[in-house]
Amino acid sequence: MQAWTLVVFLLATMAVAYHLGRKRAIVRAGGASRIKDLHSLPAYYGLYAALWAGLPALLLMGLWVGLQDQILITLVTASLPPEMLEGLSDGRVGLLINDIKNLATGNIVSMDVTPAIQVAAEQYTRLRGIFQWAMWLAVAAVAIGGLSFAWASTEPRMRARNRVEGAVKVMMIVFSSIAILTTLGIVLSVVFESLRFFDQVSPLEFFFGTRWSPQIALRADQVGASGAFGAIPLFTGTLMVSVIAMLVAVPIGLLSAIYLSEYAARRVRALAKPVIEVLAGIPTVVYGFFAALTVAPFIRSLGASLGLDVASESALAAGLVMGIMIIPFVSSLSDDVINAVPQSLRDGSYALGATQSETIRRVILPAALPGIVGGVLLAVSRAIGETMIVVMAAGLAANLTANPLDSVTTVTVQIVTLLTGDQEFDSAKTLAAFALGLTLFLVTLSLNVIALTVVRKYREQYE
Amino acid sequence: MSTMAEVIEPTAGTISAADLASSQHSRATVGDVTVADPRMTCRGVDVWYGAKQAIKGVSLDIGKHEVVSMIGPSGCGKSTFLRCLNRMNDTIDGCRVTGSIKLDDVDIYDAGLDPVPLRAQVGMVFQKPNPFPKSIYENIAYGPRIHGLTNNKAELDDLVETSLRKAGLWEEVKDRLDQPGTGLSGGQQQRLCIARTIAVSPEVILMDEPCSALDPIATAIIEELIDELREHYSIAIVTHSMQQAARVSQRTAYFHLGDLIEVGETNDIFTNPKHKLTEDYITGRFG
Ligand SMILES: Nc1ncnc2c1ncn2[C@@H]1O[C@H](COP(=O)(O)OP(=O)(O)OP(=O)(O)O)[C@@H](O)[C@H]1O
Ligand SMILES: [Mg+2]
Repeated sequence: MQAWTLVVFLLATMAVAYHLGRKRAIVRAGGASRIKDLHSLPAYYGLYAALWAGLPALLLMGLWVGLQDQILITLVTASLPPEMLEGLSDGRVGLLINDIKNLATGNIVSMDVTPAIQVAAEQYTRLRGIFQWAMWLAVAAVAIGGLSFAWASTEPRMRARNRVEGAVKVMMIVFSSIAILTTLGIVLSVVFESLRFFDQVSPLEFFFGTRWSPQIALRADQVGASGAFGAIPLFTGTLMVSVIAMLVAVPIGLLSAIYLSEYAARRVRALAKPVIEVLAGIPTVVYGFFAALTVAPFIRSLGASLGLDVASESALAAGLVMGIMIIPFVSSLSDDVINAVPQSLRDGSYALGATQSETIRRVILPAALPGIVGGVLLAVSRAIGETMIVVMAAGLAANLTANPLDSVTTVTVQIVTLLTGDQEFDSAKTLAAFALGLTLFLVTLSLNVIALTVVRKYREQYE
Repeated sequence: MSTMAEVIEPTAGTISAADLASSQHSRATVGDVTVADPRMTCRGVDVWYGAKQAIKGVSLDIGKHEVVSMIGPSGCGKSTFLRCLNRMNDTIDGCRVTGSIKLDDVDIYDAGLDPVPLRAQVGMVFQKPNPFPKSIYENIAYGPRIHGLTNNKAELDDLVETSLRKAGLWEEVKDRLDQPGTGLSGGQQQRLCIARTIAVSPEVILMDEPCSALDPIATAIIEELIDELREHYSIAIVTHSMQQAARVSQRTAYFHLGDLIEVGETNDIFTNPKHKLTEDYITGRFG
């Protein structure tokens, strides 16, 4: 019996339950003419029955599927001859179990098939068959049971609508907590891995060290491979690229927002706004190779003609292109907040004899400023977290430099390089990625929190 | 998206009877639209929103040291006419004004005239108080600052204080000038907006239902203020309250569907209206 037949069966039961519940409610009320005696509309009684038929059964099925394998393995392991398990490490036992399962499902097996394993595999297959049948029966029984319960409890005074809405509310809570719990899980795992990293490397070195060279010696006699985890060059690199990006994005984005919302004719605006927003839709990898293959060489040759020494991968190239990428964040959000400034304020200013530019500078921008700052902060956190462009255009060298023409590296780039390729999972090198990730997360989180508070405060002013 | 550029058709010189007659469907106004000592003179003013005509050949003078009230049913064009007087209609897309409106013999719709300084001469107070989200002090100082009316901080402080005093708000706010103007009550905000307007010393003040959001006490304060302002300024006020029109104004103009039906001494209009429509309106049979 396949699991999907069970799902089909459940859906069918729910459909039947809906109709039965609906009919039952009408009958109990005393016919179609007495529907007004029902507490809720008949459809709610149908939904009520369908929920009773479906939800407990689905819950049971989920639990069963989740636990079945665990129980099966315990049973099979227990039935193995004890001498087979003697002296085996946990990992070895895992391998053995895997082989038994593979044998049972007809996959390739890694070790010699002994009669004991053969027996275990057969038992595994047998038990699994029984379990699945049992599950089918149990789930179907629960579904029918739920349906009967709903049938029995359907009566005109029952508040079916409130119960259905209650159940829907609980489901929504469950689903939203899935999102929250996932986030929490990610954060916790990053935190724990970071703590492991800080066991090996002191936080002091990590946050204040100026040398980043995360190589761990493979052989004891390897040269220059002691590993240094001072993240300052990464922080300054990130900072430099982000600052360059903001220097590009804020003026261009803000000015285009002002132009579009205050000066542009309606037709220009209708055309230009979507075009600017297209910038946000370009995949970052495209920006990345645009930066690496077009902008960086251009800056390099420009620098050469000015007699400057420009690295082939420079912070400037990455920052410029990243700035272009986040223009729409700044312009779109600013445009929205500028438009949200009430027309009455503009009228008030014009009526005092202010020109349009005075009105924009002295009334509209100050009124919109908190919202604009919020938008800019969101753009900053976007810039700090951006990876692809800097991977391709800023380089990998962890230079501690203030020269935007040098190649620098950023936190995100280092996370990528630390985790790509072969590595041991608990070496300091790998764990450093988690520490970097945590730092990045904390910075962008606080930026977002600040941005949201600022934006919310601004909202309160007009609503 | 305000486009300041508008198609303005200047009509120079005084308007002849033939010009008046050419204005479509306009009805002849009952009563004398002129005054002996006018500050603003409007002749044959038509206003269109797109293809819809909102004001039809209106002629009206606003005298020095007088309060003219404009009454009429909702949608008859009072606000539209008022907004013509300082070219606030320029900010509305598709709004077109023809005819002649003069301030002290200067045609304000002349193609060469900049509406920006005009609006400093003809100030406006809106129906809904619209203080800037700045401090009380900055709200008042805004106009004087952009026009460079004061030379130093002390002069500006003085100007802020006198403006607030004239608007009857000084005693209530003198201890919290640095707090946001948006935090004041509705009536206080409206008086703040009036103070803001008189801080730039306009010659004419236009008020569009300035008391519609106010309680009787705040209304009384503002009416008293209007009476005092008359000493120095010309005032045109739109109101839905006939009692208010009777209390504050010397002359009253009755608008109906874009036409100026009747103009006269306020007393005459309310005690002895000549036009049937005016009579219906003020006796409450209409509107
Ligand atoms: N921006 C606009 N665009 C198009 N039509 C407008 C606009 N503003 C006003 N109108 C129209 O012009 C006419 C006059 O409007 P106006 O606002 O001047 O009336 P009002 O006398 O001030 O009315 P109320 O007493 O309700 O304020 C109305 O028919 C209105 O629909
Ligand atoms: Mg109006």
